[in-house]
Amino acid sequence: MKEKPFTIKHILDIAGLSPDQITYILDTAESFKEISTRSIKKVPTLRGKTVINLFFEPSTRTRASFEIAAKRLSADTLSISASTSSVVKGETLIDTARNLEAMQPDVIVLRHSLSGAPHLLSRHVRASVINAGDGAHEHPTQALLDLLTVREKKGEIKGLKLAIIGDIAHSRVAHSNILGFTKMGANVVVSGPATMIPPYIEKLGAKVTLSIKKALQGADVIMALRIQLERQNKLSFPSIREYATYFGLNTQHLALAASDAIVMHPGPVNRGVEISPEVADGPHSAILDQVTNGVAVRMALLYLLLGSESQ
Amino acid sequence: MNLYLKGARIVDPSDLTGETPVLIKTKALYDIYIRNGKIAFIAPQGKEPIPAAAKVIDLAGKIVTPGLIDMHTHLREPGEEYKETIATGCLAAVSGGFTAIACMPNTKPANDNKSVTEYILQKAQEAGLATVYPIGAISKGLQGEILAEFGDMKAAGIVAVTDDGRPVMNGELMRRALEYARNFDLPVISHCEDLTLCSGGVMNEGSVSTQLGLLGIPAVAEEVMIFREIRLANLTGGSVHIAHVSARSSVDLIRQAKASGINVTAETAPHYFSLTEEAVAGYDTNAKMNPPLRTTEDVAAVIEGLKDGTIDAIASDHAPHSTLEKDVEFNMAANGIVGLETILPLTLKLVHAGHLSLYEAIVKLSANPARILRIEVPSIQIGKKADLTIIDPDRKFIVDVHKFQSISKNSPFHGWELKGKAVMTIINGRIVFDDLD
Ligand SMILES: [Zn+2]
Repeated sequence: MKEKPFTIKHILDIAGLSPDQITYILDTAESFKEISTRSIKKVPTLRGKTVINLFFEPSTRTRASFEIAAKRLSADTLSISASTSSVVKGETLIDTARNLEAMQPDVIVLRHSLSGAPHLLSRHVRASVINAGDGAHEHPTQALLDLLTVREKKGEIKGLKLAIIGDIAHSRVAHSNILGFTKMGANVVVSGPATMIPPYIEKLGAKVTLSIKKALQGADVIMALRIQLERQNKLSFPSIREYATYFGLNTQHLALAASDAIVMHPGPVNRGVEISPEVADGPHSAILDQVTNGVAVRMALLYLLLGSESQ
Repeated sequence: MNLYLKGARIVDPSDLTGETPVLIKTKALYDIYIRNGKIAFIAPQGKEPIPAAAKVIDLAGKIVTPGLIDMHTHLREPGEEYKETIATGCLAAVSGGFTAIACMPNTKPANDNKSVTEYILQKAQEAGLATVYPIGAISKGLQGEILAEFGDMKAAGIVAVTDDGRPVMNGELMRRALEYARNFDLPVISHCEDLTLCSGGVMNEGSVSTQLGLLGIPAVAEEVMIFREIRLANLTGGSVHIAHVSARSSVDLIRQAKASGINVTAETAPHYFSLTEEAVAGYDTNAKMNPPLRTTEDVAAVIEGLKDGTIDAIASDHAPHSTLEKDVEFNMAANGIVGLETILPLTLKLVHAGHLSLYEAIVKLSANPARILRIEVPSIQIGKKADLTIIDPDRKFIVDVHKFQSISKNSPFHGWELKGKAVMTIINGRIVFDDLD
């Protein structure tokens, strides 16, 4: 493992990370992958440390990934699910934070439906805060695991063409990935129904095209985003069927991309909507690698925020 | 059969943007030879020998123009075939000099999905007359709630979307429609009418409505909606087309928007530059339409808008209704008039009055509608499909609704003496209408 001081207190967003820091996180995560292949998948690195998963919004996958990551490093974990329905002006979040302080946590992993909640929390606790997704703002650990997956498959990120397809407007995954991939030298193009492309998204560094075919043309990496069927404003597109036909990733669409393109999806996948089953399960799919890398990236972050200081 | 059109003036505005070769020959006389449906040659009169076996048509004193396109026709099929069918609508179109029409989606059921689009195209094909370009609905069932499937309908053949007949009252829906239409390169046609400002109204709000004791619809109901559409077009980058402009300040708003580079186009219908609210006097339901006929000032502004290019197109808003819907109390009567068979003569009236040149009139009846709908701009060029309209600019006639090919006869122009009309319509080199003397 590289001996390099990592002086960040919180992981709140990709916007606040430099390319060097991102590279350092990815390198660390790579070295942690090996632990998960051992028969005893546990190292004592974070023994005696406490990680609290504070989830104001349900997400089985992200929460499980953080829990496994903490456990593999021997940290004590506690998961708290809470509802945001009673949150008024952030009072509940700060009240909760004060109560948590009494338990002396070292890291708080926060998932919240409101953008900026992790930033608010980080100003009120001594622990390190990791943003596990805040509103439509960012999902930095997702972007880091995506970067790790692409780096593994492609060798390097610089110069690649990444196409992100779907609901860009409501997607914190899209936001973090646009920032992360452009920071690392990739060209990012976003596409989807114009109703789902927010104004000024170019300012984050992405090119916009309304033609999904143009977006996919020669793409090295394709990222399909989840359509939030339950949350979708019914004015965004007329029907699931039409979405699947014109914006879903199917084999004909995939044929436009580079022959060795990889297909990613933050999950859980609506099969047959944003991605066809043939593509989701096909040879180009890196969706399960993303899940594996999720654990490694989160182990790396916990280690870097906590473990490295004691070395 | 191959046709030889002899000695006509040609007015072809298809080169407006300079993208197609120029052919404006308003003074000299030309012969046009049509072989196998296409234009084989165009030559100064008498320069080329007449090919054997060609049917020679003497066009002395006549004008040949690219086929006229009506971008706003209501065909009543499916659902109200007693008012008009796709076949009778096409017959009315060619009788009025139109080689193509775009039909509005407010049929029963509405054209809000590809099966209806395909049905319309099938029926039009069977009629074998004018080319029909279906326009799809903005919202499912024209209910103003959920977007219709633009992608599927475009794949089936629609050229634009609109809920015409009703406004889209939900501003966010209109915004999303303008955005979503961009994915499929479809213009969004807006019927501008703020319903909250015209509840119960049956004619223009003004001195005539007060005299007649009828509830009025103020011009502002149209204006505020046009303002919204312009701002939404500016926000979304979508293209909005304002249907049937009737009021003075509507024209002003569109003029300003165009000057500031917003993607907006507009049409008006002949009744808005030919009639005023006075036509309602006597409770004539043939003068009941939506938007309503307005004042002399509004008519002058509409004409001014046509002259300076603020209004891009003239469309018929052909709205057939049977006597069942028109021969009733004014309040109960349906809105709209038939227009396909009077639109060209009423437009030529503007030409005779010196408001528009013949060239400008043809631009608004052919090239501009094609550009707005992103369909091929008709033009008279060698190798092109022979879709042509032959106009006798001097033919005087009296409008007689009983001679209309349209099933419906609801026209306020019955008995008017007009000068100038289409005397022949040629589609794909085939004569589909012939009133040459
Ligand atoms: Zn209308």
